Parts: sequence; structure tokens; C-alpha cells
Amino acid sequence: MLNQYQVNSGFDEMADAQNQVRPHYQKFHKLFAELTEPEFQSKREAIDNAFLRQGVTFNVYGDAAGAEKIFPFDLLPRIIPAKEWEHLERGLTQRITALNLFLHDIYHEQRILKDGIIPEFYVLSAKHFRREFVGFNVPKDIYIHICGTDLIRDKDGNYLVLEDNGRCPSGVSYVLENRRAMKRAFPGMFEGIGVRPVEHYAQELLKSLKYIAPAGVADPTVVLLTPGAYNSAYFEHTYLARQMGIEIVEGRDLFVKDSRVFMRTTKGPQPVHVIYRRIDDDFIDPTVFRKDSMLGVPGLINAYRAGNVSLANSIGTGIADDKVVYYFVPRMIKYYLDQEPILNNVETYLASEEADKKYILENLEKLVVKAANESGGYGMLMGPKATKEEIEKFRKLIIAEPRNYIAQPMINLSQHPTNCDGNFEGRHVDLRPFVLSGERTSIIPGGLTRVALRKGSLVVNSSQGGGSKDTWVLYGDE
Amino acid sequence: MLSRVANSLYWMARYIERSENIARIVDVNLQLLLDIRNVDEKRLTAYWLPIVQATGDEEAFFKAHPNATGKAVTEFLVFEMENPNSLLQSICQARENARMVRDQITLELWEELNRLYLFVRSPYAREVWRRSAGEFFQEIKSSSLHIIGIIEATLIRNEGWWFVRVGQLLERADKTTRILDVRYQSLPERGVPERISPDEALEWSAVLRSCSAWDAYKTIHGGDVHPLQVAEFLLLSDVFPRSVRYCVNELNLALRNISGVSAGRFTNDAEKLTGRFLAELQFSTIEEIFEVGLHRYLDEAQAKLNNVGAELFRAYIFQPFENPDEIHMVQQEEQQQQSDKIFKP
Repeated sequence: MLNQYQVNSGFDEMADAQNQVRPHYQKFHKLFAELTEPEFQSKREAIDNAFLRQGVTFNVYGDAAGAEKIFPFDLLPRIIPAKEWEHLERGLTQRITALNLFLHDIYHEQRILKDGIIPEFYVLSAKHFRREFVGFNVPKDIYIHICGTDLIRDKDGNYLVLEDNGRCPSGVSYVLENRRAMKRAFPGMFEGIGVRPVEHYAQELLKSLKYIAPAGVADPTVVLLTPGAYNSAYFEHTYLARQMGIEIVEGRDLFVKDSRVFMRTTKGPQPVHVIYRRIDDDFIDPTVFRKDSMLGVPGLINAYRAGNVSLANSIGTGIADDKVVYYFVPRMIKYYLDQEPILNNVETYLASEEADKKYILENLEKLVVKAANESGGYGMLMGPKATKEEIEKFRKLIIAEPRNYIAQPMINLSQHPTNCDGNFEGRHVDLRPFVLSGERTSIIPGGLTRVALRKGSLVVNSSQGGGSKDTWVLYGDE
Repeated sequence: MLSRVANSLYWMARYIERSENIARIVDVNLQLLLDIRNVDEKRLTAYWLPIVQATGDEEAFFKAHPNATGKAVTEFLVFEMENPNSLLQSICQARENARMVRDQITLELWEELNRLYLFVRSPYAREVWRRSAGEFFQEIKSSSLHIIGIIEATLIRNEGWWFVRVGQLLERADKTTRILDVRYQSLPERGVPERISPDEALEWSAVLRSCSAWDAYKTIHGGDVHPLQVAEFLLLSDVFPRSVRYCVNELNLALRNISGVSAGRFTNDAEKLTGRFLAELQFSTIEEIFEVGLHRYLDEAQAKLNNVGAELFRAYIFQPFENPDEIHMVQQEEQQQQSDKIFKP
């Protein structure tokens, strides 16, 4: 079935410019060729049904009927050879190390600002900079425990960092579920091809969480704090809690007394020591942040400040997700580690720098403009695909609030053969590996490969027609 | 165990049990109609109305329907989302509660419950229903029994399991009293009826079948159906697993497994009320009950079971911790209870 596959343009993951299958895809290509089309279709249907039956779904916001959708899954795996993965691993480790050092610095001495590496204004004006936590020591000096870095590849196949996602990155449950589904559908392939396992993610995560337990607690109680069953990522929350064997709690299950956190159980209050929170800073404690939050735990921040409970991720990491701060990550790497960045950023223009602003405004129809603090494909202008009105709207927005906007050239993401109504066509993909910081940095081999299922689309978000693929990291290079 | 989790497990079990009971009641009565001759509209209303009354949702029913016709009643009990206790709503609620405690239950249980949910929500379910109501109910009943079997065979016997048991048993006992009450209008207010017409005998055997009790009853009493024996069997039997006495006995054990208190003692009012009710069932005769009046006795039994549920909530789910925020928990319980009265989308 794959034999008719044609590379149309840009960088293709499976085939090179001469339409030759790359070495690390050859084993898969050969095994896949033995499959007939009806066999393939029945495997595909079996997987979709299994996802629906198991409730591996996300909730569609604003749907009164409570509709749940499965995240479309494409059976053709994205394959990464060992050498390439080692490069990514080194790059991601370097980056998370620098980001954690940066967060510690700006919440303490602010050397990087005083030395003029990053203009003070950018950090102090950042929406997610929590000045009330300056001088506060987080356990083991780790700020981002779980990071979901978005990587893309340019036309030459170079990996670039698109976003860091240091708050509550989601998607890892799909990595694990996709792998389970693939193993059931293609049991023979894994051994023959030599795919590295991902199943140990939950154990690694639990290890990282226990590592930050408050001092003196030998056997800490770890819980996962969810916004509740109506959150779109609820499936993932229960999935991870189950895999780790910890309680999944909602805000109303916890309460704070004498700066200690307890959960309400049938046997009375039980102390809680580490909270893997999947709620944003703003909602976590109505007495400190948003007063109207019904999801949080009143007094939680007090207990956190007293050192009686640890949070992952820490409060205030959102500043690293600010797209203006992103611009400075390569400088952080040089400043804190005295190294050259292994993974580069996408070329970025800051609207609040005069020269950049001029360039942006003159080239809006060529650029991608992004709001500094939005995510999920919202607050974005895709210049080459936008109407005149949209471009003019963003021109006004940028002039009014330059600090809030950045621009990047349109990157033609790499493509991957993808099943489209029975044919295989190239569709654009990205990659989100999950980086854990505990006693050491660990990254499960692989990550979430998201694919833009609409032809020509560069938007991979699940809310906008994206799907996912299993990601295979090989033991070898072919 | 988290109080909220215990609460969701309890309600999940109750709603599973509820949906199966509705399936049985409607199924049996649809079939019974086939055996009754001279059916006119008045007779039909007299036949279906008590079934609506038995579920305790008479008021909600007449808000939506002017007359208790067979079509209106079956629609109301099976598919109407506006009826908080319809079969469809019960399955949705069971699944919603299961979803909240997805990490506490087994994959097998979740998959089957989710499959049942996807089935009843699909257009295909309607199609089956139109083709043959019996086939539709068979699907529901066998799935429900499948779920009960999965609970029995796969859930770990921890505290959560006992909350599941408590939910099952309270609902089962409650539904048995309600089904038994369906034909009370054919009984004298007090005392035992003298003669039973053949049609009435058919109706009382439908009561037994609605409780899956027909075969069990026959092994003890043969084919002779009399309300006194039917009531004795469904209320006081110590060997039939759906009788009120059997359920309350098991409920008593489940509550003691949660608290760890030995028999003959109690630590909370749920245990006290259950023990008291059990003693009463153990030391009563059916003649005494008919002397009080079966309908009145069943009404009181339902109230007792409700009180056990309320005390259970006080003892384990809502514990005051001197926290201004505890209102949250009360709200959730209120929402669940509400769904017994008002439907909130």
C-alpha cells in the first residue's frame, strides 16, 4: 500500500527527496508491505473501537450533550533512529537544565537580568511571573518537573524547538495508549524492528514526584490534583493516577489546617505531601490567586510556603512559556551552562524591539504571529493563509501591545505518510517528548507525534483537526 | 479511601442496579399484557399507573404526559432523559460516577459499563427497541448481570468494594419493596385477601418475575401463587438473594466490613438502623405484616432504607472538619440526590 506513496514537497520523515525509503524506515516498510488493505482497515477499525470502548477520549468543550471524541489515531508510526534520538535527548536535557536554572535565578538574585542578558522589562512584565514567590525556595531547586517540549523539523530536517510547555503539559497518556494499541495491532513488528519501550513513564514520574517530598517525610503521600471529570484531559489524569497507584483528587477533596494539607477520606483526614497538580496557578488557591476559582484548595499556597507540601510543577513556571521569554532560551543556555544550544529555536522576532517590529509589520503576510501567552493554536495569525482583514486586525493588536506579540517565519513542518481515506499521503507532524526532572533528567524514548490531518494544514492541535501517531525510537539506526 | 470516591462507587452501584430493575419491571409487564384478555383503555391505565407510582416518580410523569398509556409509561421509564430515574438516565449516571473513579475500578468493569452506555445512547438501541422490546431488555439485563459478575470477580475486596456492595444492596432492597407494592390496590387495606382471580394470580406472578424470583419461588411453593406467599418470599426469605431480609442482612455485613465493628455493636447510625431493621425482619411473620397492611409496611420499609442511606452519607462522606469549604461536598451529594427528583442537565 505504501509503494504508491509520493513525497510532494518539503522534508518527509519516511522518504528522501529521491523518494527512497530512509534506512530507519526500511524494516517497517518491508513488514507493512505484507499487509493487505482490508487487513489494514480492520486493524484501524479495531483500534478506534477499542479507544471508544475504553473511553480514551477527550471532552469537547461547550457540548451540552457531553460529547466525547476519540483523538484520531493514525496507524503509521513515526520512527526515530537511535543517533537522532541521542541528539534530541542531549538537546532537551540541556534546555531543561537551563530553564530550571533560569527560574531559580529570576525568583532569587536575578543575575541574568542584572547582567543585561535579558532586558529586565521582559521578565518583570510577564503575565505569569509570580513576584510573590521571589526569594521562595522550591524543594531541590526544581521548578519544571514535567516538561512537554514541542519540536518541529524544518525543510532540511533540522529539529527546532517551537515551545517549552513548562506548566501542565498534557498528552503523555496518548503516548502510552497509542503504544498499547499498536502492540496489539502489530505484535510481530516490535521485536523485529527493535523499538524502545515507553511503559516505564509512570514509574519515572512517581520517582520524580517522591524526590521532591518535604524534608523528613520518609514515605510521602503523593496525589494528582485534577480540575474534575469535565476537564478535557480528565482521561489522562485518571490514567496517570492509576498507573502510579496514587489517589486522584479534586480541590474539594483536600483541605488545609495549620498549614498542612489533608484529604478527606472515609477514615477521616489523611496528610498529603506531594501534589502533582494539573490545575493552572490561577485556579489553585482562591485565597491567593483567582478568588472565583471553585477548583482550588483554600490555604494550599500557605502550606506550600511553609514547606509542608510540594507542588509539581512549581508555582510561577508559566513565565518560561511566555513566547517572548522563549526567545531568550539560547542566551540562557550560554549564560548558565556556557554551552552552545544543541537544539535551536525557530527564528523569532520580538514586536517590542523597534527593528523587529518594523520588519514584522512590513512582512505580516509572510510571518506567523503569536500572542505571547496563548497556547493550543489560539491567538495566532498564519500570515500566508490569512485574509486581509485578519492581517489588519493583527497589525492593530501588535501596534497597541507590542510586548504581547512575537513573529516567526512560516516553517513548513516535516511530513509523514498518513492514512487518508484509504490512501497514504504526506501530512505535517510535530513531536512532543516528555522531559522529567527529578534526581536526574529522564526522557521516555519517543513522545507524542501529532499530525495535521487536513491536507496542507500546519496546525496539529487536537482542537483543530489534529490526530496522533505512535512514535518509535529505535535501538539502532536502521 | 477518599470520601468522594466512596460516594461515587456507591452511586455507580446503585444506578447499575436501578437500570436493571427498570428493565425487568417494564419487560415483565409488557409480556404480561399479552396474557390478559379484554384490554381496554381504562384497564390499561389501571395497569400501567401503579408501575409509575412504584418508581416514585408519579409527579414527574404527569408533568410530561397527560395519560398513563402503555406507550407513555414505557417511554418515560426507559428513554426519557427528563425522568431522572429512567433506564437511560440510570445508565448515564452509573457511567458518569464510574468515570469519576476510573482509577479505582477495573478495566473490565469500565469497558462493559461504557459499552452499555454507548449502546443505549446509540440510534441502534432505538432500532432494537422498535424491532423487539424483549430483545432490547435482554441486552440491558444481560449486560447488567455481566457487570455484577465483573464486580464480583474482578474488584479488589477493599473498602471501596464494600461501598459498592452497600449501594447494590440498598437499591436492590428498595426496588424489591417497590415492585412488591405495584399490586397493592387489589389487596384489602389490612389482612389477607380471601380469593384470588386467575388474572390477579397472573399479576402476582409478574411481580415475582419482575424480581427475577419466579424460578426460586417455584422451588419453594410450587406453581401456586398467592399474595401472602409472594410477599413472604420477597420480604422475609433468608435464602433468596433479592429478598429484603437477605439484602438487609448482607447490608449489615457490608457496613461492618467498612467500620470493622463486630456484630451486636454499632459505631454510627447507619449501622444502628440497619441492625434494628434486620432484627425486625428476622422476627416478624408475614401475617403480622398483612395485619398492619402490606402497603403501609412497604412504605415504612422504604423510609428505613432511605434513612440508612442518609446516615451512611453523614458517617463517611460528609464529615465536618471545621472547614468553611465543606459546603462543596454537601453540594455534590445534593446534586446526586437531586437526580432522584429533578433532572439537571
